[in-house]
Amino acid sequence: MIFCKDLTVSFGDRAVLDRFSLQIPDTGVTALSGPSGCGKTTLLRVLAGLERPQSGAVEGATPRETAILFQDDRLLPWRTAGQHLTDVLPGEQRGRVPELLALAELEGEENTRPAALSGGMGRRLALARCLALPARLYLLDEPFAGVDLARALRILERLRALPAPVLLVSHEPAVLDHADRVVELDGPPLKHI
Amino acid sequence: MLYALPAPAFWLGVWQLCAFLVDRRLAGKGNELLLPYPLSVWNALASMAGTGEFWATIFFSLGRIALGLTCGIVIGAALAALTCASPWADRLLSPAIRVVRAAPVASFILLVLLWTGRNHVPAVISATMVVPVVWDNLSRGIQAMDRKLLELAQCYRFSRWKTVTLLYLPALRPYILTALTTATGLAWKSGVAAEVLCLPEPSLGQRIYYTKYYLDIPELFAWTAATVALSMVLERLLRACLARWGRGWGT
Repeated sequence: MIFCKDLTVSFGDRAVLDRFSLQIPDTGVTALSGPSGCGKTTLLRVLAGLERPQSGAVEGATPRETAILFQDDRLLPWRTAGQHLTDVLPGEQRGRVPELLALAELEGEENTRPAALSGGMGRRLALARCLALPARLYLLDEPFAGVDLARALRILERLRALPAPVLLVSHEPAVLDHADRVVELDGPPLKHI
Repeated sequence: MLYALPAPAFWLGVWQLCAFLVDRRLAGKGNELLLPYPLSVWNALASMAGTGEFWATIFFSLGRIALGLTCGIVIGAALAALTCASPWADRLLSPAIRVVRAAPVASFILLVLLWTGRNHVPAVISATMVVPVVWDNLSRGIQAMDRKLLELAQCYRFSRWKTVTLLYLPALRPYILTALTTATGLAWKSGVAAEVLCLPEPSLGQRIYYTKYYLDIPELFAWTAATVALSMVLERLLRACLARWGRGWGT
């Protein structure tokens, strides 16, 4: 189990997380849902070590044990899809490229550069790259933005079978319906759940 | 290829016309001293190109200036990395680099001539003139680097080497291209100016100096044309290498 305990994050006078606590089970997909600007992305960034909370702590996974999919793809125009994965995969796991491309339904695109991919394909490549990183917790910020629903649900099923837990942000009701657990958030500031 | 012809043909025509007007004004008495005809320059160049001495001169000048250019690029890039990484280094080094950029090249040539042998001056001067150009361009590129990509590198645990080769170098490509093309022209201009003042042997600058001495203006034009051609070839080569490096990126 991964615990977020009494996290408080403010930007100037604006409190985004206010003594916020959450438990994430060791497996399965936990979906975060809530209005825009309620602090979902800030929570993921705290877990990834990109924001330092003013108080509180995360137990069960250090920032170096997490892998984050950002809200924007952040693909490198000069790297092919396959290279995006090998850049992240540990040396002994380079052979997992076809498996990860298949997980994101990008078979046959190994040598394609981002400029030649559609928006949804770029999103799935960013997701595959995130999953290429060995982690104890995967943090996915709107992983299915621009991805058609049927495909999103197929990929979600594969995420549920991962050995590490997934915490994802989504606004899509069908995705929330298929998650193992949904956390409805209200805020800002996000308070104790 | 064809679309590139009219502009050189136009300027060649202008040159021919001007030489003709000078020739008429002087009634055929000494226009070769002021403005020779293109054909005279071509003949001078063709007769020079048939000698081994011409190619040896080109080879040695090219070697000196390419050495200076390479050293200038390496030092300029290292300084850009240093001044962007450390505010302390920036405060210390930036004013000095700006002084080098603003100082007259002739002052540097004479100083370096006093400090080193005359054969070293062109390479040292080329490098000195190239450093501020490379530093300035690469510093601006590093400062304009997308912070989100650096955040990605941090989260995806890229090593420093990976961050440089996978993020910085490709993102800096347009800045590298500008730096290299500007630096190449500058290295040739300053390097040949240093050769004219220091007369290392053999060198393009030395040959240009002797044309002044013997008032052989067609040969002056011919050596100048050779210098310009060499500079353009080197610049095109560098551009072609960089274009190859960025092919298919869609950026």
